[in-house]
Amino acid sequence: MMIRVIKLLALIVLVGAASLASAGVKIQYWVAPTGAKVYFIETRVLPILDVQIDFPAGGVHAPNAKSGLAGLTHGLLDTGAGKLDEEQIAARLVDTGAIFSGQAEKDRASFGLRTLSSKSERDASLELMRTVLSEPTFPAHVLEREKTRSIAAIQEAATKPDSIASKRFAAAMYPGHPYGVTPSVESVTSVQRDDLVAFYKSRYAAKGAVVSIIGDVSRAEAEAIAQQLTEGLPAGDHALTVAPVTKPQQTTIKIDHPATQSHVHIGLPAIARDDPDYFPLLVGNYTLGGGGFVSRLMKEVREKRGYAYSVYSYFAPRKQPGPFEIGLQTKRDQAQAAIKVVDEVLTEFIAKGPTAQELAAAKKNMIDGLALRLDSNAKLLGYLSTIGFYGLPLTYIDDFPAKVRAVTVEQVRSAFAQHVTKENLVTVIVAAD
Amino acid sequence: MNAYRLAALLAVGAVLPAPTFANPYETTLANGLRVIVKEDHRAPTVVHMVWYRAGSMDEKDGTSGVAHALEHLMFKATKTLKSGEFNKRVAAAGGRDNAFTSRDYTAYYQIVPKEALPEMMQLESDRMSNLVLDPKEFASEIKVVMEERRMRTDDNPQALTGEAMRSVIFQAHPYRRPIIGWMNDLENMTWQDAREWYRQWYTPNNAYVLVVGDVDHREVFKLAQKTYGGHKSHALPVRKPQTEPEQKGIRRVSVKAPAKLPYLALAWKVPKLMDVRKDREGLALEVLASVLSGHDAARLAKRLVRETRVAQTAGASYDGTLRGEALFFLEGQPGDGKTVAELETALRGELESIRKDGVTAEDLARIKVQMIAAQVYKRDSLVSQAMEIGGFEAVGMNWRDIDLMIEQLKTVTPDEVQAVAKKYFSDDTLTVAVLDPQPLDESQPKPRGFAGRH
Repeated sequence: MMIRVIKLLALIVLVGAASLASAGVKIQYWVAPTGAKVYFIETRVLPILDVQIDFPAGGVHAPNAKSGLAGLTHGLLDTGAGKLDEEQIAARLVDTGAIFSGQAEKDRASFGLRTLSSKSERDASLELMRTVLSEPTFPAHVLEREKTRSIAAIQEAATKPDSIASKRFAAAMYPGHPYGVTPSVESVTSVQRDDLVAFYKSRYAAKGAVVSIIGDVSRAEAEAIAQQLTEGLPAGDHALTVAPVTKPQQTTIKIDHPATQSHVHIGLPAIARDDPDYFPLLVGNYTLGGGGFVSRLMKEVREKRGYAYSVYSYFAPRKQPGPFEIGLQTKRDQAQAAIKVVDEVLTEFIAKGPTAQELAAAKKNMIDGLALRLDSNAKLLGYLSTIGFYGLPLTYIDDFPAKVRAVTVEQVRSAFAQHVTKENLVTVIVAAD
Repeated sequence: MNAYRLAALLAVGAVLPAPTFANPYETTLANGLRVIVKEDHRAPTVVHMVWYRAGSMDEKDGTSGVAHALEHLMFKATKTLKSGEFNKRVAAAGGRDNAFTSRDYTAYYQIVPKEALPEMMQLESDRMSNLVLDPKEFASEIKVVMEERRMRTDDNPQALTGEAMRSVIFQAHPYRRPIIGWMNDLENMTWQDAREWYRQWYTPNNAYVLVVGDVDHREVFKLAQKTYGGHKSHALPVRKPQTEPEQKGIRRVSVKAPAKLPYLALAWKVPKLMDVRKDREGLALEVLASVLSGHDAARLAKRLVRETRVAQTAGASYDGTLRGEALFFLEGQPGDGKTVAELETALRGELESIRKDGVTAEDLARIKVQMIAAQVYKRDSLVSQAMEIGGFEAVGMNWRDIDLMIEQLKTVTPDEVQAVAKKYFSDDTLTVAVLDPQPLDESQPKPRGFAGRH
């Protein structure tokens, strides 16, 4: 299938509102006796339960020289736990019809379960989740195999222009900072089983955990589930702490590659989760390059000139300032021309912000379209976990329309001028002529 | 397998609020346009889709890619809207829109707050017959399509291998052509080619409208009559079968491209799954694919990736519900220190073990559990539900076949699975494709950093 691409990354990052609103659902919050924070939405329409636990166990917490440790620790949780080996865990999971999900990002590592809510399936799959989170055995033979597979994947990625660009872009935006480090053959090779055990003990503690629950269970059942899943976790009290970020100097990096298209990434560290400029940047970016087909970048680069299939911009807020990025791919002999157009669009936008008409259109889409981003348990779970992990206000969702509505052209202009500083912009071009 | 748990689960499946009542609802307008509505009142949102039964398989040599190029052009001007206005109107309604082209069909969709449905139907109806194909717009947009091809295929070694493979598997059947089109055909395509395509295939009797979400189907039927009812239908071009002649001998193809890991794919020609009551072999092939790679504990990952480590990745797939001809794929990347030949032997070995020893009742019980759970989980997504209905309708089946197929899949026996494994996997109908990885120029990419304005 060919899908006309649409990148609404900035909107996807975090937009929330009331619930499956018509069903009258609300977010409940409490702290479990174990110290874990719990966020819960009760919705009984479908016989489904989703549970996700987020830990401050992302890549940023591993030593740079052992980059890959966070991903391996997370990845090995369900390959041996309690008395079960990986085949028994896989078989038990499959036999309940449940699904595990999750990933290690920069700040956090998430572990999710989707299960039928009927009692026997739910009890069996939750018990399995408890076992893999509380009693992982990190088998040495699995670690050796997964290190080998990771290294093969790293070497494969080193041949792909977009992977090369992403890796180099992160390094250039965050020199010397863990946000700029990605796993290498050497760093993965150096990871030992003891590292996993230590990382698990220090980062997967109940007191740092955020439990998000949505679906077909009562408050009392949700309380019991949160307690069950966190009471066997390691002791400790490890908050999310990330070293401050220094903005890089403006630079352009060109990397040879035989691809037919140049892959271009332009950006800089821009915004932390708790930054008061979040809404002006989010709303402004809709007009610049977040609003899919109607954004300025799409109009100028794709619609008017046919330079690219996909061109976008987004903010990805993190604990410390996360990236602002503009990306595109274009036939290599027109890369400079395309970059010039991007530069003009960005310069104009930073100087003047959106027009009043554009701002109104952005607000209308974001406010009226709120329902679309809340119409499934899976989507709501994403918002619950982000609100919980980053400590956003419980009313974040209810406040969203008013916050968007309040943004002015001047706020957008000023926020972009402050956060998207051209003297700090990094440009990476892979397959440059 | 815990037998007690399975029994309990099957019981759960039986008491779920199954849509045994009339939902979805359907009607056909006088001009031949089918309208299918699935009511789902969980949230105040709606998915609206229009599907045309015209995909790349309906193209002719020399204009490959025109179905997909027209899909792009459908977002340009109409007699009543300026270019770009369509997307603007959807965005202003708080919605998202896009489209996709396959071998069998082309489909357009908007996901919107329910209040916006009438406007979306008006917009889709407008471009069903009012599209204005402008030579300048075409010239610009075809460049975008070429960029899309570079991104998806030319710079993607696995996709390039898949494209070459299909062109070898099929010699007469139109599935040999890539959906996005050969680059040379794109370079030589004209705006008149797109206009011709639009005139031939975009007619209400070749389309259906799907609405899934928080609506009353009676209201939607009325709206459909009001918005789409005025279009005149016309006869469609004759679709010739272009049946692929019987393959008589193994075919091999290799593609050189910059990569580190090789990639291997094996494809056999197999029967389709179109009549869910009668096509027992198609049902058995579907189950066979699931036994091999349908879940976390399935055979290929367990044995080839985790136990013997002959594979970095491995998978099996079967798509028998399509307008053209069906294939059964095995594919993967060799593990560290293993060769493509060893991986091929291992993948074939898994089929051989099923030919020899069959599958177990436990294998099939696991797959049933997966199907039951998946049926529940898909209800958490309006888009998944709409895509499923659309996919069945595209090949001339009916939404009623969705649940029926799942029921029928549950009746497949171990003997039937073993029988198809024995019957359909001879070398004579096999095509093998290999990505032959080439080192990057100048071995490793070297950063060539310098400071300055970009």
